Amino acid sequence: MMQVAARNPSDEPLLKVDDLVVEYGLGNRTVHAVSGVSLEVARGETLGLVGESGCGKSTLGRAVLQLRRPKSGSVLFDGHDLTAMQGETLRRMRQRVQLIFQDPIASLNPRRRIGDIVAEPLIIAGVKDPEKRKQIVWEVLSAVGLDPDLVAGRLPHEFSGGQCQRICIARALVLNPEFIVCDEPVSALDVSIRAQILNLLEEMKTRFGLTLLFIAHDLAVVKAVSDRVAVMYLGRLCEVGPSEQLFAKPAHPYTALLLEAIPVPDPDVRPAESVATGEPPSPIAPPSGCRFRTRCPRADQRCSAEMPELRSVAPGQLVACHHPLI
Amino acid sequence: MNGALLSIQDVAVELPTPRGNLRAVDHVDLTLEAGRTLGVVGESGCGKTMLSRAILQLLPKKAKLTGRVMFDGRDLARLDPESLRELRGRDLAVVFQDPMTSLNPVLTIGTQLMETIQEHLELDAPAAKRRSIDLLTAVGIPAPEQRLAQYPHQCSGGMRQRIAIAIAMSCEPKLLIADEPTTALDVTIQAQILDLLAREQRRRHMAMILITHDLGVVAGRTDEVAVMYAGRVVERAPTPTLFKRMHMPYTEALLAAIPKLETAPHTPLPAISGRPPDPTRPLPGCAFAPRCRYAAGRCHQAKPDLSAAETAGHFYACFHPIQMAEDVGA
Repeated sequence: MMQVAARNPSDEPLLKVDDLVVEYGLGNRTVHAVSGVSLEVARGETLGLVGESGCGKSTLGRAVLQLRRPKSGSVLFDGHDLTAMQGETLRRMRQRVQLIFQDPIASLNPRRRIGDIVAEPLIIAGVKDPEKRKQIVWEVLSAVGLDPDLVAGRLPHEFSGGQCQRICIARALVLNPEFIVCDEPVSALDVSIRAQILNLLEEMKTRFGLTLLFIAHDLAVVKAVSDRVAVMYLGRLCEVGPSEQLFAKPAHPYTALLLEAIPVPDPDVRPAESVATGEPPSPIAPPSGCRFRTRCPRADQRCSAEMPELRSVAPGQLVACHHPLI
Repeated sequence: MNGALLSIQDVAVELPTPRGNLRAVDHVDLTLEAGRTLGVVGESGCGKTMLSRAILQLLPKKAKLTGRVMFDGRDLARLDPESLRELRGRDLAVVFQDPMTSLNPVLTIGTQLMETIQEHLELDAPAAKRRSIDLLTAVGIPAPEQRLAQYPHQCSGGMRQRIAIAIAMSCEPKLLIADEPTTALDVTIQAQILDLLAREQRRRHMAMILITHDLGVVAGRTDEVAVMYAGRVVERAPTPTLFKRMHMPYTEALLAAIPKLETAPHTPLPAISGRPPDPTRPLPGCAFAPRCRYAAGRCHQAKPDLSAAETAGHFYACFHPIQMAEDVGA
């Protein structure tokens, strides 16, 4: 198993999200979690998705996997519309798409042994031969840097957060998926462990020929692993572009603000007095026009009247702003 | 040490656990002068929070504290509960990580603010209310009068942390302990809260201990930094010295492991292998030795003492200190 299958090397993006809308009911009000997001992820690419809490990035990740059904829009995975799928068809498709969560300890059943946790997806996928299952489980556990003979018989509480995340990664890899949504996979981990897990994800990506949607709030973490980055604010995309370019020359004032707010571990860099005033408005009643306008230093009347659409400002770089910085 | 507001002398904290005693804080010495800021940096389980609890005398009941915690001329470890209560909230204030759990959900913000003020300052209700409004204004809360009647759940995380800071500042404390004050907040809100803390600290000439896991947070905002590992302070230095002329391999490794914005995507991070030691099974040697790339024979057998470096105020606990290649001007 695990040989990187010669996958269809077409130019079609592996994932194509089009005008996705996800809403939650809250009493008689509606939370506009994702409001018309379109994006593409090419085969073998890592797309980073950044934004602050409540911006809808996790909801977007879940809606891609149909764990939360979108209200409208489509999610094309390898040409198949996941939003139109149900039951067994969807379950089969989900073997090709996996998810890694933020809290590695909470995402492992505390009463089951590691070997069984990692083997579970194989059982669901119909691998009936226990020997075959064991062989695959042993292979993935070794791949993520754990000794299968030592860990398979133990319970999750015997492991640290970093090791639990390795186990979660092994579980996500066991069906040899093509695409993994990583939802804040390192934000619950300590700095020294974070680097280990980021390196592991990179290594696994190359080894298994994966395509990743990497969701995080930490821009430096996102940059470390992403080919392209999408910035999200209050349910909408602000900006999408190649990592280097987006960080060197942000076009959206919100991206610039995020970059400025990161504390730099260098005492010579005086922290800029935070230009960020105010806080993100509620997604129950998002502002008219551009959703960032209430905190934007460049906002004017047009921003409240007219919603900016994503448009190209540089090769590969798209921005949704009436007054972009470049 | 004479002018010090806070002087922690040989403080150790032991917690009984089913697997044996856990030494959470292992003989720590620290001093802090009035109006200065000390950053305490370390990963989870390094003892930084237990150290702050030891200063505040808010340790778990079963914990055993040894050593002296001299604050403003008095040893807090030997103070009676009544005097401690007088001190806490007035001279000694704290802001915790999670503002939702540190505020009482069933009391209005006004009640919580005025309670502290009236407990410690001899003010009548209208005066306490006026002071509350002033404090909320100072921490940047719009429409403070309306906020007084609201409950914590009606405020955002950032607002709640501002309110917690307002309560902490309400009696002009001499020392503020901020324990991961921005860890639960978003990055743009974090910048605002750190600015607010720095501004109030300068304005009120408070001493502050900023406890964090993030070296980026202490870099621009502290006078001095103490790095903790496995219960001990392993390096302590004026902030610029720590970043430019660190001697402790752990400090170097921790700094290197942080993803940097300048680095190109897909560059492997210099990760620290392994994980911190089990605190119930202390190692005979340096606690970092199993993960340290410079470790040699002696490191596994004996604990290095905290010794003075060439720069004043710089201490490190290592047998094989690293020498930074470039000598940054003194």
